[in-house]
Parts: sequence; structure tokens; C-alpha cells
Amino acid sequence: MSHAETAIQCGSCASGCNTAHLAKLGIKTGNWDYVVALAGNPNTGKSTIFNALTGLNQHVGNWAGKTVTRAEGAFTLGGKKFKLVDLPGTYSLLSTSVDEEIARDFVLFGKPDVTVVVADATRLERNLNLVLQILEITDRAVVALNLIDEAGRNNIKVDERSLARDLGVPVVSMAARSGKGVDELLGAIEQVSSGEFQARPHRIKYTDDILENAIDTLATQLHGQFEDLPNARWVALRLLEGDESIINAVQTATLGTVRAANVFPPLVQLEAR
Amino acid sequence: MTNSEAILDNAARLRGEVGGNLHDRLTEAIYSDAGAIAGRAVSAGEQTGNLEQKFDRILTSRLWGFPLMILLLTGVFWLTIAGANIPSAMLGELLQGTVYNALHGVAAALNAPWWLSGFWIDGVYLATAWVVSVMLPPMAIFFPLFTLLEDLGYLPRVAFNLDRLFKRAGAHGKQALTMMMGYGCNAAGVVSTRIIDSPRERMIAIVTNNFAICNGRWGTLILIGAIFVGATAPPFMASFIAATSVVAIAILGVIFTLLVSAFLSKTWLKGEASSFSLELPPYRPPQIWQTLYKSIIDRTLIVLKRAVIMAAPAGAVIWLISNINIGEASIATHLISFLNPFGLLIGLNGVILLAYIVAIPANEIVIPTILMLTLNLSKSGLAQTGVMSGIDDDMQIQEVLTGMGGWTLLTGINLLLFSLLHNPCSTTIWTIWQETRSLKWTTISTILPVVLGIAVCLLTATAARLFF
Repeated sequence: MSHAETAIQCGSCASGCNTAHLAKLGIKTGNWDYVVALAGNPNTGKSTIFNALTGLNQHVGNWAGKTVTRAEGAFTLGGKKFKLVDLPGTYSLLSTSVDEEIARDFVLFGKPDVTVVVADATRLERNLNLVLQILEITDRAVVALNLIDEAGRNNIKVDERSLARDLGVPVVSMAARSGKGVDELLGAIEQVSSGEFQARPHRIKYTDDILENAIDTLATQLHGQFEDLPNARWVALRLLEGDESIINAVQTATLGTVRAANVFPPLVQLEAR
Repeated sequence: MTNSEAILDNAARLRGEVGGNLHDRLTEAIYSDAGAIAGRAVSAGEQTGNLEQKFDRILTSRLWGFPLMILLLTGVFWLTIAGANIPSAMLGELLQGTVYNALHGVAAALNAPWWLSGFWIDGVYLATAWVVSVMLPPMAIFFPLFTLLEDLGYLPRVAFNLDRLFKRAGAHGKQALTMMMGYGCNAAGVVSTRIIDSPRERMIAIVTNNFAICNGRWGTLILIGAIFVGATAPPFMASFIAATSVVAIAILGVIFTLLVSAFLSKTWLKGEASSFSLELPPYRPPQIWQTLYKSIIDRTLIVLKRAVIMAAPAGAVIWLISNINIGEASIATHLISFLNPFGLLIGLNGVILLAYIVAIPANEIVIPTILMLTLNLSKSGLAQTGVMSGIDDDMQIQEVLTGMGGWTLLTGINLLLFSLLHNPCSTTIWTIWQETRSLKWTTISTILPVVLGIAVCLLTATAARLFF
């Protein structure tokens, strides 16, 4: 559904309508209207998309783990200024490595207006694990189904309508390396950021009453202590799981604060943990 | 009790109620939903991925992995050395010949005092011109080739091959990837160690990153490999032998990485290697024109810009210390005579050691610095401009170094070794400090490679003295 809408909107003005209005601003990220986060598994093309939107030259190479810090860039679209944040690639938000923490903290506490989750069309099932985890945190998301050309070469077809229906957020097929789908992605980002598109994101169902009650109790308590917490239910679940970095953040009352860009704890601090 | 403590207490109590295997249950729920959604959306036809698997089986096999790696690298360097020869000579003729003479002509016409034209033309301009003519052609060939390999997806295969060795050395397999980053720039390589979670293994990766030859050093290796090692072979083999010598140095770097890693993990940074899963990305057809454009604009020109920015002031410094006298001789002469005995002992010379001190901010300027110091040192007996404009291709560089500098094959080989094994550049040292905030480890990372370099050069020099 959602993608069909995007496609129609794009069809109504001659092809390339969005790139025509797109101004790549490079690193001039001051005074933005919206913040867009780029998340996804490693080596799915996040940095390629980042470069295509901002005109910057993040290092792009065909291997996992190049982006270790948050890269920031900006672009304007339809008169609004967007700040784009490229997050380190992660397979999950549930384990405890530092790069995953950086990605998770930003999606959760950085409160991006739109989170673009880049998914590899050739390995959709595995990539959906991260997509679903992100949809647990935020409903302002767009799925960029990248590497669709590669999937085609491997005889893999992905039905983006079925995917969009199941996930409840816009899904855009892309081949970012050759620039395919960039316009559609911009259209989707615009619609979600302006609130024009109301997402009904897929949520994992827990049929367990004890668990639901426990989540409710903790979520209420968390809201009392941390007023700005965007998703207390998610944090409550992590506490029930015994997630140490979240427990630590509650203890030190730093829950909800995001590290400044590119701040990575020095090694002597990590050693002390 | 604070609110935070109350929340955590409550969480601990509820955790007992919901049962201990919650994490697994949640993970299962996510996996089953992901499976169902993907199942509805994906329809896979006949798979054609077999070819890729066949490639991988060969490229990462125990038998063929390393030989193919060495072959591929040798091919890349052979293309670089053979291809850079002619453009290097042309650039040299233009910049050190035509332009240089024209500048002196203008200076003479304007009646500029000798020190003014000397400082600007023989100092600042000449150092910059040398950096461009020596560095630009090899970089413009090597970087695109290397980037093509990276784009194709070959680098993770190399990491996969090396993983076993790193594990045996008690280091993290991802260190192979940080080493790959180091082949571009060690400062970037040090930052990339953030992908290693264990602080112990990350420290090992930081200390040893300098053994990955960076952009600033490839130029030196390629040039010296060509004019000293390649020149010992018959002409049709020269480029190939030169390429082999560069590959040998790169492999020696890997061996030092492994040895030092093993040493550290058995002494100050004791521990077991942690396991991880390395993903082999699909081979992707590289976008040739885009790669060419990007690696020339982004990489070659950026490295060159840095080299030029560093070369101009270095040229000024070199000209000044060569032309300001204390007592009978210039400052440079004093410094070089002071460094010479030790330099010759380890099969190098005072000029090379002084050049490495001048080049601490950027390895890129080692060769131009060596050339200028050598020329300035023997200037007294020669017509100044005649010598300067004479150097316009690689063989003449060799004539200057052997004729005026007294270099031998040993000097060339030891310079190759010292280029691999010496202190990181100042940017990298600063980055190590930023990443670790540990004075001890920053110092160790800085000093250890120089100590190793001196020891190895002393070894080869002693061997050469004993056997030849």
C-alpha cells in the first residue's frame, strides 16, 4: 500500500521530481527541521545511501564494519532541512557490543523523526530481525529494501507490497549503488517526517499475561523517573531480560541521554568496565 | 531508597516472576515473525549462487588461499611499477626540469637575491615538485586497483584467510579487517579497531596497526623497490622483481603483526582469543568508472594534498638547515655527521635518519627529503642548478643516491625494511592517544616499531658485512 502511494506521488510529477528538489548540504548540519537515522545490518549499503543523499564521501567498501562512528550529514527537501545520521551496522539491538549500543541509543533516545532501516533484499529474513526490533522502538520508520538488483540476479523476488502490509511502514525497493529508488526513498522520508503517512508498525505479540503486567508496572514506574523516555515499554522489557547496559543507565540516571557524535569511550574506560 | 533503585528492585522481582529464559523467548518470537513475513514476501527461483561458492572455496581454501593472495598482490604492484615509470619520468622532466628552470630564469631576470630564489625555488618548490612526481603516478595506479579489489569483495576473503593465524596469535579475527583499513591509513586503522569489543584484543590491534603499510609509505616502497631491487634483475624481469620485493615487505608486515600480537597476548595482554562470525559478502561487480573517479579524487588527491602541504614547509626547513652555517658547516651537515655513524652501523645513513625525523608529520615526504638533503650535502662541488634540473626520472634518482649519497643495495633494502618498521606518523600517534587515553600504550605503540626496525636493519647490515 504505502509504496504504491509513494509511487503514485512520484509519477504525478515528471520522473526524478525529488532529486530535482534535493539539495545536498554535506556536513552543514546546523538548524535542522527533521532528524533521519540510517540503521541496518552491516554491508547493506547504508553508507552508499548516506552519500547519495548528502553528497558526502563516507568510505564505502564491500565489507562489514567500516562505519564505526556516527557520521552526520544534511540535505534539504521540499523546503525542509534534514539531518541524516549514519549509524554503525548491527545485526541486532539486543546484544551488548559498543557499536550496537551506539546504534540502539540513537534510535531509542535520539528520537529521530524518521528511522530508515536498510535491509538486504538477498537476505531478507535475517535482515527482518533488526527491522522488527527497530519497529518495537519506533513507529516512524521506512524500510529501504536495498540491493534489489543483486536479488534479481540471484532469482530472488521480493514482494514489497506484502512486506509493507506486514510491517505497516513504507517499503522502498532500491539499488542505491546505481541510484535506483533514491527518489522514492526521499518521498517516503518526507511523508513519514511530515506525519502524512501514519504508520501502524508490526509489533511482536506477547500472549503472556504475567509478562504484559510486568511490562506495564515497570513502564509506569520508568515514566515517573525518566519523563522524556520515548518508549518505556521497550526499556521495561530490557530490564526484565537483565540487559546490563540498560540497568547501568537506570542506576546512573543516564537513561535517555545520547552520546555526542563520534564520542567513543577511550580504551582505558572500557577496560575498567 | 532512590527511585532508580526502586525500579531496579522491582525489575529483579518481576524477572523472577516472568521466568529466566525471557531473552530466548523474545528472540524466538522475533525470529518466527521475521520468518513468517519473509516467507510471504520472498519468492526465490532457481539459485545461481553456486559459482560464487565455487570461487570462495578456492579463494579461501587452505591450499590456494595464500598463494592466490600473493599472486594477486604481486600483479597489482607489477602493474603499478610498470605503469608508473613513464608518467613519473614525464612529470619529473616537466616539474624538476622545465618549470624549475623557468622559475630560476624568472628569478634571474628579476635580479632576485640568491637566498630568496633559493628558499622559494630550491626549497619550497622543489620539495613539492618531488612529492608530486614521485608519488602521483604510482598512487594513481595503485589506489584504483586496490579499491577495485575492495569493491569486488576480496578484502573480507583475505581477512577470512588470516583469521586462523590471528586466532593462533591470541588476537581477534577482526584484527585482519582493521589491518586492511591500515593499508589505507594507520590513523583510520586505529579508529576502526572499535569493531573489536574486547579491550585486550583491541589494544593488540592498535599497537600492531602500524605494521600495515599506509598510503604514505607505498610510494617509498614502490620507488626504492624499483630502483634498487628491480634494477638488479635483467630489464624484462625488473618490474616483476621490484613488485615481488614490495609484496615481500607487505608480507613481512603481516608476519610482524602476528608475532607482536602473539608476544603481547602471552605477556602484558594475556588472554584467550574471542570468537566471532565473519560474514563473507557477496561478490559485487565493481563500478569501474565510479571507482576510478572516486579513488583518484578521494584517495590519490587527498593523500597528495596532505603530502604537498607537508612538503612545502619541509622543503623550507631543509633549505634553511642546509644553508645556515654554524661554524664551518651547515646545520644539516652537523646533524647528518652526528647521525651518520649510527645510520651506517644499521645499514642506513645519516641522511635517511634525518629524513625520518623531518617526516614524522607525514611519511609521504621521506623520499623528497632524502633527495634534497643528499643533493644539498654534495652541492658544494657541483653547479647548483645543473644538478637539480638533471633529476627527472627514476634511474637518475638512483644515480644521485649511489653516486652522491654512497648508497648500496643494502641501503636500499634496509630503507624498505625501515619504511615498514618505524614510528607511526604524528597523526596516528595522536589518534592512538585519543582512542586509548593511555600514555603507556601510546608510548609503546610509538617506540616498539622503531626498536624493531633498528634491530632488523642491524641484523641485515651485520649479515651483509659477514657474508659479502
